[in-house]
Amino acid sequence: MSDKQLTGAQIVVRALRDQGVRHIFGYPGGAVLPIYDALFQQDEVEHVLVRHEQGAAHAAEGYARSTGKAGVLLVTSGPGATNAVTGLTDAMMDSIPLVCITGQVPTHLIGSDAFQECDTVGITRTCTKHNFLVKDVDDLARVLHDAFYIATTGRPGPVVVDIPKDVQFRLGEYVGPSNILHRTYRPRKEGDPARIAQAIDLMANARRPVFYTGGGVINSGTRASQLLRELVALTGFPITSTLMGLGAFPASDNKWLGMLGMHGTYEANLAMNRCDVMINIGARFDDRVTGRLDAFSPGSRKIHVDIDPSSINKNVRVDVPILGDCAEVLAAMIEAWKARERPGDAAALAQWWQQIEGWRERKSLAYQASTETIKPQYAVERLYKLTRERKTYITTEVGQHQMWAAQHYRFEEPNRWMTSGGLGTMGYGIPAAVGVQVAHPDALVIDIAGEASVQMTMQELSTAVQYRLPIKIFILNNEYMGMVRQWQQLLHGGRYAHSYSEALPDFVKLAEAYGAKGIRAIDPADLDAKIMEMIDHDGPVVFDCMVDKLENCLPMIPSGAPHDEMILPDNQESAGVSDAGKMLV
Amino acid sequence: MPQQPASAYFLVDKHSRETRATLSILVDNEVGALARVVGLFAGRGYNIESLTVAETDHLRHTSRITIVTRGTADVIEQIKAQLGRLIPVHRVIDLAVDKPGVEREMALIKVVGEGDLRAEALRLSKVFRARVIDITHTSFTFEVTGSPVKIEAFIELMVPLGLVELSRTGVVAISRGIEAM
Repeated sequence: MSDKQLTGAQIVVRALRDQGVRHIFGYPGGAVLPIYDALFQQDEVEHVLVRHEQGAAHAAEGYARSTGKAGVLLVTSGPGATNAVTGLTDAMMDSIPLVCITGQVPTHLIGSDAFQECDTVGITRTCTKHNFLVKDVDDLARVLHDAFYIATTGRPGPVVVDIPKDVQFRLGEYVGPSNILHRTYRPRKEGDPARIAQAIDLMANARRPVFYTGGGVINSGTRASQLLRELVALTGFPITSTLMGLGAFPASDNKWLGMLGMHGTYEANLAMNRCDVMINIGARFDDRVTGRLDAFSPGSRKIHVDIDPSSINKNVRVDVPILGDCAEVLAAMIEAWKARERPGDAAALAQWWQQIEGWRERKSLAYQASTETIKPQYAVERLYKLTRERKTYITTEVGQHQMWAAQHYRFEEPNRWMTSGGLGTMGYGIPAAVGVQVAHPDALVIDIAGEASVQMTMQELSTAVQYRLPIKIFILNNEYMGMVRQWQQLLHGGRYAHSYSEALPDFVKLAEAYGAKGIRAIDPADLDAKIMEMIDHDGPVVFDCMVDKLENCLPMIPSGAPHDEMILPDNQESAGVSDAGKMLV
Repeated sequence: MPQQPASAYFLVDKHSRETRATLSILVDNEVGALARVVGLFAGRGYNIESLTVAETDHLRHTSRITIVTRGTADVIEQIKAQLGRLIPVHRVIDLAVDKPGVEREMALIKVVGEGDLRAEALRLSKVFRARVIDITHTSFTFEVTGSPVKIEAFIELMVPLGLVELSRTGVVAISRGIEAM
């Protein structure tokens, strides 16, 4: 073997190393054995064995979102690849950079319905940003470097590299990551200065402005979050954010209105509804945010900063589209704002803030406290109070608990909040927590979970035990698929079809069976002490927090309703959903 | 005074008129490139009226795909943006809006008949400058090239004269003037 010749499997490991990858998540199988063999013979790239390939994908997502780097997973052909599809789709929807390496049957067997064969590139074509089938070992290194480049730049996303087993054995040339310039893919970073000037013009003359920010700010890197804070401080404008954008702006700041959208605060949604200038930075006018499109912020001029041209004018027509990376555009906006003489209408802004304060008075996140049962909101509040001084990362599953976490856990920093937004994948939280903990071994990583979601990927607790990852699974157990039940209550006459979590396992015993610690809390009076016990335990914990079974997640904009028709804690009795709204999800 | 709202705040307006668009898409001729383009139309619910594709630059391995589609102006804009997002796509132009273009299509048309009908078919083919590329005592196969409107007109005329089979290429298009894509 000449010194530049490597096997395909060695090329994979070498490329991972040269891309700065320290950890990958995976599961072995026939079609990836050569790569596992190459991994076994080195110690620069560490492999974390999951229990199901979906777990590998979510763990890689958690890793990516908490570090800002690409997450990497390695799975075998056929079922390995199809099991990863949910995680890939999740990453696609939430713009998370992943590189997924899949094994494939040998090239001469492709198309023959061979054992564990599936059309991986066909199946993953629409749930990846791009995918490759590598049939020639001499293309392998370049393709892998391209995959990292495509996954992490522009609007990030998952990339699949499918490698037939014979290509993994064959000898080929390795090329390093430098000097790779893609033929067609060159995402643009800087915003158009003329458009930025137009945007600053609108902002400087705004009377009722609002920042509406999203996951794009987080994806753009910590610099974008810093610049966002600077711009908000300079302008004095109120700011709200999507579920994906939480943490880019500190929740403790008085300019912060809380999350917006279907379960957003009254003040955030009313500010969106009544504003005259909306500054969307890295958000995509998702339907959970806009509600009824024809009543969405009817009186505003809209600025939209996005790196993806297809996000512009997709759901909502905007007046000033700015294509570019959030950090670059924010920096240019700050400069342009500073260059003006006394920008902004101070008197109008003061009046606008006064109006917003009035909306804040409604206290839309309020709930009925209880000394009998643990209210789920109270549980999240206590969790927040008892963990705020630590370096804490929160992941979630999907449902009511997710919204309560978003509402009541207050994020000060970006990359601390990992949740499945676009796809809404139940079962995301445990494996994501595994990924976060691998990246941040000393941090406190908590999956705020529901008892239904958590059972979808419960087996990853075994991964946490194996690698001594002290993740905390904090289950708000109301014995219902709570969000489904809430919708059935509102839309389907309280007929709770299959939303009761029947035959639940004893989560404490389950934790112990896995070799983890189980804690159960029933009495609100014990909650703090038990949360402290969870935090202080040096190892994975399943916390079974028995909460009020029928609590609804409020406030809520019912489907088909505009932002100013919210169900609030104090008007929930009279609320109804229109027939048209029932057609929507 | 607050500024007047300038946003039309919903995109899907059932009343807005659908127009026809001819999109020229320059792609890297790699495995799956066409599947990505076609899959995008299917997955997002866009409509394909015709599709042609062939490698146009053998040195750089680029292909040109021409798709005729239909939709409101907003939908066409979204289709172009979504196509632009595909990694192997170099460029997308709309040969109605971005640059006015010319369109041509070819059809092969088999007409079976005898006597006056057969004579009439041949006479009309001359008017349309169709060429006869296969002939038997009872049939002609015509090759006709032109705008889709011309092809439609010729087909319509051939139906009562014994049209039995038809094969069309779909539209190819190129921009007018000296500028290249």
